[in-house]
Amino acid sequence: MRELEHPLMKYIRPSGVMTANCPGCGNGILLQSILRAFDDLSLDMDDFVFVSGIGCAAWIPSPSFYADVLHTTHGRPIAFATGVKLADPTRRVMVISGDGDLTAIGGNHFIHAARRNLDMIVICVNNGIYGMTGGQVAPTTPFGLKTVTSPYGNVENTFDICRLGEAAGATFVARWTTYHARQITLTLKKMLQKKGFGLLEVISQCPVQFGRRTGIGDSVKMMEMYKEQAVRVAKAKTMRPEELEGKIVVGEFLDVEKPVLTDELEKQRREVLEKLS
Amino acid sequence: MRVNGRRVLTGKHFMQGNIAAAEGAIAAGCTFMAGYPITPATEVAERLAVRLMEVGGVFIQMEDEIASIAAVIGASWMGKKAMTATSGPGVSLMLENIGMAVGTETPCVIVNVQRGGPTTGIPSVELQGDMVQPRRGSQGEYEIIAVAPSSPQEMFNHTILAFNLAERFRTPVFVLTDAFVGHMREEVVIPEAAALEIVDRKIPEEGFNAEYQQSFLDEDVAPMPIYGHGFRANVTSSCHDEFGGRNVTDAYALDNFIRKLRNKILKHKHEIIRYESHCEGCDVALVAYGGVYRAAEEAAREARRQGYKVGSFKMITIWPFAEEAIQELSRQVHRIIVLENNMGQMYPYVKAEAGRDADVYFLEPDILGEMHKLDDILEKVAEVAR
Repeated sequence: MRELEHPLMKYIRPSGVMTANCPGCGNGILLQSILRAFDDLSLDMDDFVFVSGIGCAAWIPSPSFYADVLHTTHGRPIAFATGVKLADPTRRVMVISGDGDLTAIGGNHFIHAARRNLDMIVICVNNGIYGMTGGQVAPTTPFGLKTVTSPYGNVENTFDICRLGEAAGATFVARWTTYHARQITLTLKKMLQKKGFGLLEVISQCPVQFGRRTGIGDSVKMMEMYKEQAVRVAKAKTMRPEELEGKIVVGEFLDVEKPVLTDELEKQRREVLEKLS
Repeated sequence: MRVNGRRVLTGKHFMQGNIAAAEGAIAAGCTFMAGYPITPATEVAERLAVRLMEVGGVFIQMEDEIASIAAVIGASWMGKKAMTATSGPGVSLMLENIGMAVGTETPCVIVNVQRGGPTTGIPSVELQGDMVQPRRGSQGEYEIIAVAPSSPQEMFNHTILAFNLAERFRTPVFVLTDAFVGHMREEVVIPEAAALEIVDRKIPEEGFNAEYQQSFLDEDVAPMPIYGHGFRANVTSSCHDEFGGRNVTDAYALDNFIRKLRNKILKHKHEIIRYESHCEGCDVALVAYGGVYRAAEEAAREARRQGYKVGSFKMITIWPFAEEAIQELSRQVHRIIVLENNMGQMYPYVKAEAGRDADVYFLEPDILGEMHKLDDILEKVAEVAR
């Protein structure tokens, strides 16, 4: 009898089967949601370069994805990915990294890649904390939350990553939570068929550093909380700000067309070469 | 200058050092530059912004120097010959990712047109102030290659050399110049394209699978499984094995990672190290590099005219350090004067190798950031020759 193999196993690097994720981590859900999108669209992973930074979420593509992967220094994956994309615009580029990596140390690269409308998909896994280093406060940590580096409570405001991406110039912006595994796949399929800077924020549970320390509880409790707090974009538009307090607005916020950097460069190059000849 | 899209500008030019570096890069096959404006290096970016477009390459001005070197590394993994150009403050920002390029064995070229530091310093005054920075600036144990041009002609030649060494050894290579040489205008002779020696990196045959075939940590340089060919390269800045597999728990893996990377350079140092020694039959050697070598050469000539047996020694590669050549020099002459436009950055390295067999002295310019005065050098020669 042949051994049964998971249908998505073909996308997993043989030496990357073992996971470093903690039990209950949201990374596994997201990994599967991403791979389902590839599978549904019959995309060849060899057409992609996957880039990630430092932090738990960065371990989703590297070493797991059986493709060209680049696991970079902390905060810089989008900058590395910019070089990859510009060097060969025919390559598809996907960045998967965490909220600390992309919006704290790497915030500058994030807003500038969005401004340039660089053709890449950025999946920002937002667990609201620095998980790998032991639960320190992040730009995404809720106001008032006690962490190991905000022991008296977080006194800083929180980034709205989607609004940040939108303001910076992204052409597709969406947010889901790990409770919305199927919706992540559906949105990602749309993004994979669109050109331009696409941002997908995924609110994800870190039961070890976030859930346990805050007393919210385990992975299941956190996902139940996501379910209760989630409000669809359309409904959120009908709600007053005070009603939206403590809610997570989910869905697709933005889907527009703007000139794409690599297309504009190509156009320019043709003009220059024409003049020279 | 009208260039009409030619890749190699064969002919005789009156050219600025920074422009010559840009032209050397294009002649070497560079098709990607990412940079951020900084004095006194901007001319390299300005020139390449025009020229790369003409030769089918890409120039991008990034949001900062950290992003610039990151984009360069990304482009290099896409198979492009890639570079950046900056000055000290920019290099300081790039250092983490330069270490990343060392660790992931990514060929790339970093031109550092040095300014007067520390900190923001003086952008337009030259200082050879960042000589040890490439070698020791990024964290951890590693080896790197750096070359120091002393004229616009050498800016052209040594930028090509830098690309060739980067490609040959899959490593970042520094062109360590300064505002003096970068802004100097002199004759630059560019040969026919066919006369240039150009080295391209080894890449695997089609069908190569990085999961099972060695892509890293080969002391004789593994082929680079560049992206876009289905090689499924597993590239990580973290400690890894010969296949790119990350290992962040095992000291044995770290030991292997460090030693293999270092040995890749050190084992081949005779292929890398370049210098010029004009010290036959001399008692005193003037050791210098970059723009300061021009003063050393002139002073040696003048000293010989005055009856002193003085020669000059030009360090072309700074890293890896030319230990054996300096040892040999110390047995040939009795006194060595190291001339640098700084407070003695390469001097301790020279002294460590030459100190047993020769007396080693140091001379900085009277005013840091200015050229050595001929009389000052001759005075020092007379003093040590006594």
